[in-house]
Amino acid sequence: MRRDFHAPGSVFSWRRVAAMILRNLYVLRRSWPRILELAYWPTMQMVLWGFITTFFVQNSTWVAQAAGVLISAVLLWDVLFRSNLGIALPFIEEMWSRNLGQLFATPLRPYEFVVALTLMSAIRTVVAVAPASILALPFFDVWVFELGPPLIAFFVNVLVMGWSVGLVASGLVLRCGLGAESLCWFGVFLMAPVSGIYYPIASLPGWLQPVAWAIPASHVFEGMRSVLFDGVFRYDLLINAIALNVVYLGLAAGFFLYMFRVARHRGLLLQQGE
Amino acid sequence: MIATAPALVLTPAAPPPVVVEGLSKRFGDVVAINSVSFSVPAHSTTALLGGNGAGKTTTLSILLGLIAPTAGTVTVFGEDMARHRYRALPRMNFSSPYVDLPKRLTARENLVVYARLYGLRDVGRRITDLARDLDIGAFLDRPTGTLSTGQMTRLALAKALLNEPQLLLLDEPTASLDPDTADWVRGYLESYRAESGATILLASHNMAEVERLCDHVLMMRAGKVVDTGAPDALIARYGRRTLEEVFLHIARDLGGEAVP
Repeated sequence: MRRDFHAPGSVFSWRRVAAMILRNLYVLRRSWPRILELAYWPTMQMVLWGFITTFFVQNSTWVAQAAGVLISAVLLWDVLFRSNLGIALPFIEEMWSRNLGQLFATPLRPYEFVVALTLMSAIRTVVAVAPASILALPFFDVWVFELGPPLIAFFVNVLVMGWSVGLVASGLVLRCGLGAESLCWFGVFLMAPVSGIYYPIASLPGWLQPVAWAIPASHVFEGMRSVLFDGVFRYDLLINAIALNVVYLGLAAGFFLYMFRVARHRGLLLQQGE
Repeated sequence: MIATAPALVLTPAAPPPVVVEGLSKRFGDVVAINSVSFSVPAHSTTALLGGNGAGKTTTLSILLGLIAPTAGTVTVFGEDMARHRYRALPRMNFSSPYVDLPKRLTARENLVVYARLYGLRDVGRRITDLARDLDIGAFLDRPTGTLSTGQMTRLALAKALLNEPQLLLLDEPTASLDPDTADWVRGYLESYRAESGATILLASHNMAEVERLCDHVLMMRAGKVVDTGAPDALIARYGRRTLEEVFLHIARDLGGEAVP
């Protein structure tokens, strides 16, 4: 008699998703330098932009109106960047480990793998950005949580956009091999100049503004400035960001799953590794 | 040796768990598998035997659903692997030198993750049983990256047996092992099959291993199955003394088929 199993043939299993999250938590738990490194860069960014803010408050009437604008912006940008890495790095780690072939010979579905990556990304992002967000208060007297409930909406939207970028980068790495892994780091920065992180979209050249408005993060950063400068939470910007994110996340997940299918046809699942 | 289920009563008429028909796989201009058809008898240990590039690993990978075929059908436990592979995968497992387990996790952590992926309910007990059977208890809590080749092989075997597979696919299961460890692995596989009634399909270059373990052989060359049969029958058919001589005859394409 075979042992007892949890419905191994089920179409979607949270247990399998949890197993993949557990696999990544084991790695994090075992390595305190990794946890420290996660929190290090956002904290350094916060400190750097904190000093820039201190300077600008005395020399720029624009920043003086809302001292937290640059620090809030850099932290939200870091959420986006870390969220992207939170998808891409655990995926690349499976390739480094030559583990993809093992994983996909189990009942684990590719879409369960994607769900696990997104949840792991959320965990890694919170671990990375929370210390910097809290330390901004004693360091620069900026309490980013002053943004209130809109902060949750901003956070979720940049998080989801990071997932989309991370899934596309991971799909390309799966297709092209580890030689393309740097995409996971610089891919998200392609959008930085037109995302309006530190300046209004209106300051971009006219021909570039439609490109900027096609990026969910632009709506988030504009919305953040609206709250900080005018005390107004603009639902129109939120709805735009959500709509764009829904479309892009669907496309990115579809792209990743398509690349997985291509990898099966090309025999790439067994050929990856350092 | 194996504290799992009592020996199964084998049914002679059991349908073959693996049926392959007209299987082909091309990678660009390279034909890896060329219109291959075969079946693997239930409860047998069957060998895929052939030289480098014969198509053994590709065939095993297609059976696992890791590579999609260009043409043909693969049926495992009656399930079409192109459409319903997730119905068959919970009853299968494999071990291969072409994949690893994450090196930063301990052996136990790796087994826990895979046990959960297979949906085992009593993960701790299963790992305890495997640790005893495969003698891996001493290094269960060591990082996998620190294990020796022999220890890694036993861990990979433990992972392959977590779900008590009814179909076990093994790619060169004793490659790079010292003779003592290799002999131990072979002995374990013999016991596992005898006690669980599982079907084992293994790819190997080791003729002594195939002669010892296998009751059925599929000889492959250049992506084709060129002959099949029991080791003794193949040796007799080709008028050779050993399976290695048969292998060389076929691998070197010495012309002529089996001795009438």
